[in-house]
Formats: sequence, C-alpha cells, structure tokens
Amino acid sequence: MSTDVSDAVELTGSSVAPYSPDNPAPVIEPPRARTKRTPRSSRTNFELYGWLFMRLSGVVLVVLVIGHLLIQLVLDGGVQKVGFAFVAGRWSSPFWQFWDLAMLWLAMLHGGNGLRTVINDYAEQANTRVWLKTLLFTAVAFTIALGSLVIFTFDPNIR
Amino acid sequence: MSTPTLQGHGHSSALDAAEAGAAHLITVTLRVRRFNPEVSADAEWVDYRIPIDPKERVLDALHKVKWEIDGTLTFRRSCAHGVCGSDAMRINGRNRLACKTLIKDINPEKPITIEPIKGLTVLKDLVVDMDPFFQAYRDVMPFLITKGNEPTRERLQSAEDRARFDDTTKCILCAACTSSCPVYWNDGQYFGPAAIVNAHRFIFDSRDEGGEQRLEILNDKDGVWRCRTTFNCTDACPRGIEVTKAIAEVKRALITRRY
Repeated sequence: MSTDVSDAVELTGSSVAPYSPDNPAPVIEPPRARTKRTPRSSRTNFELYGWLFMRLSGVVLVVLVIGHLLIQLVLDGGVQKVGFAFVAGRWSSPFWQFWDLAMLWLAMLHGGNGLRTVINDYAEQANTRVWLKTLLFTAVAFTIALGSLVIFTFDPNIR
Repeated sequence: MSTPTLQGHGHSSALDAAEAGAAHLITVTLRVRRFNPEVSADAEWVDYRIPIDPKERVLDALHKVKWEIDGTLTFRRSCAHGVCGSDAMRINGRNRLACKTLIKDINPEKPITIEPIKGLTVLKDLVVDMDPFFQAYRDVMPFLITKGNEPTRERLQSAEDRARFDDTTKCILCAACTSSCPVYWNDGQYFGPAAIVNAHRFIFDSRDEGGEQRLEILNDKDGVWRCRTTFNCTDACPRGIEVTKAIAEVKRALITRRY
C-alpha cells in the first residue's frame, strides 16, 4: 500500500481533474432511473402495430418484389426490353398501377420503419436520433409523394 | 499441531498423494479484464498463470488468483454452485457463470479471457452496477397480483397450468441474458430479456390476475417490441431457459390478448 494517502483520488490516464470531497465526480444516473427527462409511458399500441406491419408487409413484399424483378429483368428478353414504351404499356392497366403503388408504399414504409428501429438501436445521443429520424422521415415522405404523383399523373403521350 | 506419525518416513503418504495429484495439473493463463477507478480511468488486461486441475471451474481459478496471487482481484460470488446468480461474467467472449464453467471445456491451451458482463457500469474488476438490471425487474412487478379476498387454503393449480410457465421459473437473475443483448448494450432503457422472462412467469400463471397490467408495461416503446430475436439471451442463459421463446410468447399474448 502506498504511504502518501491524500484526499484526492488521482485518475491516471485521464485528463479530468482529480475528484475529491470538495470536487466530487458527477453523479451518473442509472439508465432506468425515473428522472424529469424520462419520457412518460406512451400507453399506445404504436410499437405493436409497427411490429405487426413489418411482418405482414414483408410477406406481401416478397410476392410484389420477386414478381416485379421477374417481369422487369428475366421474362421476355430481360432488362433490354425496358423502355418508355414498356412502362407506358404496363401502366395503362390499373392492375399494374396498383401493383407498383402498393410496392412503393409498402417498401418505403417497411424500409423506413426498419431504419427507424436501427436508428433507435444504434444512435446514442438524443440529438443524433432526432436529426437522423427527421432526415429519414423527410426522405420517405418525399419518395412516396413523388412516386405516387408519377403513377397517378403518368401521361403516355408526353413529348 | 504436532504430526509425529508422519516424521522420519522420508516420504509420507500424504506427500505421495499430493505429488500424484499434482501430475495431472495443467498450467492455464487467465487473462482478466481489470479496472480500478482509484488507480486508473482505463481498464487493462492482466495475465495470471496458475497450475490447476482441468476438471475444476473458472471460479476455482479465480479463487486461486485471489487467495494466492493477488488479493485485490474483485468479483462477485455467493453460493458457488450455480444457484445464486452472482458470478455471471464474460468468459472467452461468452456470458457464463464462472461456477458452472469447467476449465477443460473452454480450451485451456489458450489464455482464458475473463471480463465483466457488458452493458452495465463496471465498478471494479468483474463487479458491475446491477441497479438498472434490478430496476427493470422491479418495473414488471414480479409478484403475485390477485383480486378479491384471500382464500383460506392454498391457491390450487393444475399440473398443466403449472407447466405453462415452468421454464421461466428457473431464472436466477444472473443478468447473463440481459447483458448479452445488443439492444441493451446500446440503450439501457430496454427492459432486457431477464425482466421479460420474469414478467412471463406471472403473465402465464393461472393464479395471477395482473397479466393485463404487465402486458401494458411491456407494450411500451422500450418493451418487448425492441427485441430483435438475435437469440443471444437463449445462448447465454446458464439455466437453459428458452428466453427468446418466452419473449415471443409475450409478444403473441399482446397481439391476441390470450394468455
């Protein structure tokens, strides 16, 4: 044991000032402690519906996306055939319009919700979380709005 | 104490036994993650080479270090037989109980790394602050909740009803599951597998009437929906509880409201 007993505890290897009874170390709140900043329990089923939506939309997306890839890339001469005329031909049918619209909405919401959980899991600071989610929601809303606009107002005679 | 009968024989039977016993000892290296906030702000790896019987446990090796080499080594243990749940630690990168892990089972040829469990604040060496863990446990109200008058006799239950939650009664609150969960590592607000397991134990108990309340607590944004089914908890559990399955059953109970 060392003989020079002093009040201050030296933290070697750190640049922080030594802590002592006059200069105590900051109190670290245990993660689950209820503080004033702890958000109140939401009492909604949002996360439940989000979880269910991920499962259901995932199953539907498997059909939609694999069908889409087959039509676009494999059947009838593959990707070479895809052009303005091909898209115009498909979107003249309400069935394919609905197919593409469903795929757009489900994929964006499914991916957006997935990224939201990734941000919740990995972003450590509240500020980072807010900014990343703002960016994410803006991007999702913009893509859905733009895609829906194109599908609904598509004009095959545009020149 | 005098031992007259053992003197003058040159080689005593007791010494023979000790030498024969020493023959099967092997030398293992314990690589322990040590941290003392009063000495350094950083944790460091310290190697201890000790002779030990490979059929002994990691806890015995830690005892050997603490009792014979370095008394400042700090770790929790109480019953030392896998019941109290005090000595969960990260051994060779996996959460285990030091008292249930045999040296021979974890490749003693290589250094055996021993770290504190992750996701909880390290206080010293292998001792972590368990307060957040037990706070989450308390938050799910792990006690019998009933309505009406107390019966004069015991609360009876069929064998099938008892079997419904048998798996989750085995929990010893060692925190091996919770501290192996990647969601818990990043964000300690998540209840964690252990709290959900102990909620499951009462939600599916036919005698209990607080299931609705507990489900409502776990329906929160930091409740069961944060589980990503990575199965780390099931792998880590020293009691072999199917933790991820229990969490999935709570999720299903929340959706169907049948339990």
